[in-house]
Amino acid sequence: MRTLKWATALLCVGLGTQAHAAIYQRLDTELSVEARAFPQERRFSEQSNFGLSLALGSEWYGEWAKGQHSVTVLPFVRYDSLDQQRSHFDLRELNWQGLFGALEVRAGLSRVFWGKTELLHLVDIINQDDALENIDGEDKLGQPLLRLSWTGAIGNLQAYALPYFRERRFAGHEGRLRAPLPIDPDRVRYESADEDKHLGYALRLQSYVGAFDFGLAWFSGTQRAPQLIPIDFVDTPQGPQPTALAPFYGLMDQASLDAQYTVGAWLLKLESVWREQALLQVAPEQPARIEPLRYAAATAGFEFTQYGLFDSSVDAGWLVEYLWDERGTDTDASFQNDLFLATRLAANDVNDSTLLGGLVIDLDHGSRFISLEAGRRLTGQSKLSLEARLFNSISARDANFYAIRQDDYLQLEYFYYF
Amino acid sequence: MKLLTPSLLLATGLILPLTTLAQTPEEKGLAIAKEAEARDLGWSDAESTMEMVLRNRQGQESKREMRSRSLEMADDGDRSLIIFDHPKDVRGTALLTFSHKDGNDDQWLYLPALKRVKRIASSNKSGPFMGSEFAYEDISSQEVEKYSFKYLRDEACGDQQCFVLERIPVDEKSGYTKQVVWIDQTEYRPQQIEFYDRKHSHLKTLTFHDYQRYADKHWRPGRLEMVNLQTGKSTTLSFSGYKFKNGFEEGDFDQASLARAR
Repeated sequence: MRTLKWATALLCVGLGTQAHAAIYQRLDTELSVEARAFPQERRFSEQSNFGLSLALGSEWYGEWAKGQHSVTVLPFVRYDSLDQQRSHFDLRELNWQGLFGALEVRAGLSRVFWGKTELLHLVDIINQDDALENIDGEDKLGQPLLRLSWTGAIGNLQAYALPYFRERRFAGHEGRLRAPLPIDPDRVRYESADEDKHLGYALRLQSYVGAFDFGLAWFSGTQRAPQLIPIDFVDTPQGPQPTALAPFYGLMDQASLDAQYTVGAWLLKLESVWREQALLQVAPEQPARIEPLRYAAATAGFEFTQYGLFDSSVDAGWLVEYLWDERGTDTDASFQNDLFLATRLAANDVNDSTLLGGLVIDLDHGSRFISLEAGRRLTGQSKLSLEARLFNSISARDANFYAIRQDDYLQLEYFYYF
Repeated sequence: MKLLTPSLLLATGLILPLTTLAQTPEEKGLAIAKEAEARDLGWSDAESTMEMVLRNRQGQESKREMRSRSLEMADDGDRSLIIFDHPKDVRGTALLTFSHKDGNDDQWLYLPALKRVKRIASSNKSGPFMGSEFAYEDISSQEVEKYSFKYLRDEACGDQQCFVLERIPVDEKSGYTKQVVWIDQTEYRPQQIEFYDRKHSHLKTLTFHDYQRYADKHWRPGRLEMVNLQTGKSTTLSFSGYKFKNGFEEGDFDQASLARAR
């Protein structure tokens, strides 16, 4: 709630100065109904095989003084029949933005995207994932931030102050796509004594030269993805076993480069990071200690599009991305030596029918992850989308996927816009 | 007569130089195209609202709404920013285009759900724009350098007299082998374009309607009708709310302003 107060205070300052001017405003609302079916047997008796879910997101945007000042408010709420934890609320946007010549100032809760590649967004670090929405890492929680963004001859230069950290939320014990043990958010641990009030910051230059687009960035703050620490050990015939997990958020520095070269129908893409983060070492009967972990990770690949396949209006895109992580096998890294192959079909018809089918192969362990996303417009105000995610021959050494190996799902989603 | 420069002749409505000088059909075609371009110079910037109505052979309709801003560049192709409002599943999506006289345009797409600005390949010239009968190359900035021209004949067009030109796209990626353009002789405005596909068959016909003059100089059509002769589908593109000289600058057409566009 402190976040909310902080953002509201800033909002009032922004509004108060210009409240009398003519306002251009719009209200865009999206309502969606989602049905998920899990054909594989559940791993835990409290889980179910079918779930219905309802979500509502409504964005109000108002600008005045010829767009020099604007305010965006976007509350989002979901109700889920299967998992209480997945029923959640977030303020994805609640911010004021002002334009002062070449300088753009934004203050409040907001979402920001950095990066170029399609499967994994390594470089994208400002926002916490809304992991309850989807496992693809593309839904984000609103991040409290102050951003100065200046555009000049060298490109766009951004400076961020991140005064508050948003914890990741996880599926509850009744939900599918959950960790093998319950995650107890009340037992959260931070490396910083300031905990979630640790001040993070980031700098980014994004620009382009001809057909070459790039972003160079530095981030210093709380790690977005927590390390899950086994807790509450009980004695069993096999020795002490944990019964729960506690999230640990260390501090992290990240230097990153993302780039894309666009030539003809080819997009060549690269994202790479160098990170120094905290690794919490826990051993039975010993005090926990924090060790620095330094590593690099990268993803590189291409997207090639064939336009007007066989003299039709159908476009076929071919995506190949290779994913590498220096931490290698037997660590938190899900994509340490993986290959992503996908095809994107766009019918370019009146209903904008699209299909994206992809396969990720772990070249070390042979695990396979298959994803299909199809979409089709129904009317000018509605759309239907179908999503399938399959986990195939997942190795126990692929820890993140191993936990959800029986959570293949098929999802049908209906969107209504007004 | 020696004192009369070409521009003076044009200003007095005498376009004799184009017809009297000994020119090849190619030279004459290019001269007409350049004259049409020259007459529209100095529009600086513009904004307008576009509505498209797509019709299939059965007459079923589908609607598209967009807002567009554009900036005239002195030594390069124009810059434009299009914001999509309808259908609502793509609302808030915005497209930034830097068109170039030579080579491919630069294009960035803003995806509001992800807050992502994405550079996209602009080599897709012949693909349908928003599922309509307009291809990307039909709605992109029509620079003279993008075609080679040939004058064919003079011909009546409605109650006016037109030049009829053939123009061949320079870009091999174009979906057309040629276009035949009718340009009226009084104001040098396109009145009709016939598009010929890669098999040299007549694919589409575009007609221009309800021309209005803005800022005492710049003619803009109120409505375009594109008919696909091979599929029976058609698209009406209507413009409204034209405003010129809004004081837009290059800073209103960059990636930061693309991400700000609402």
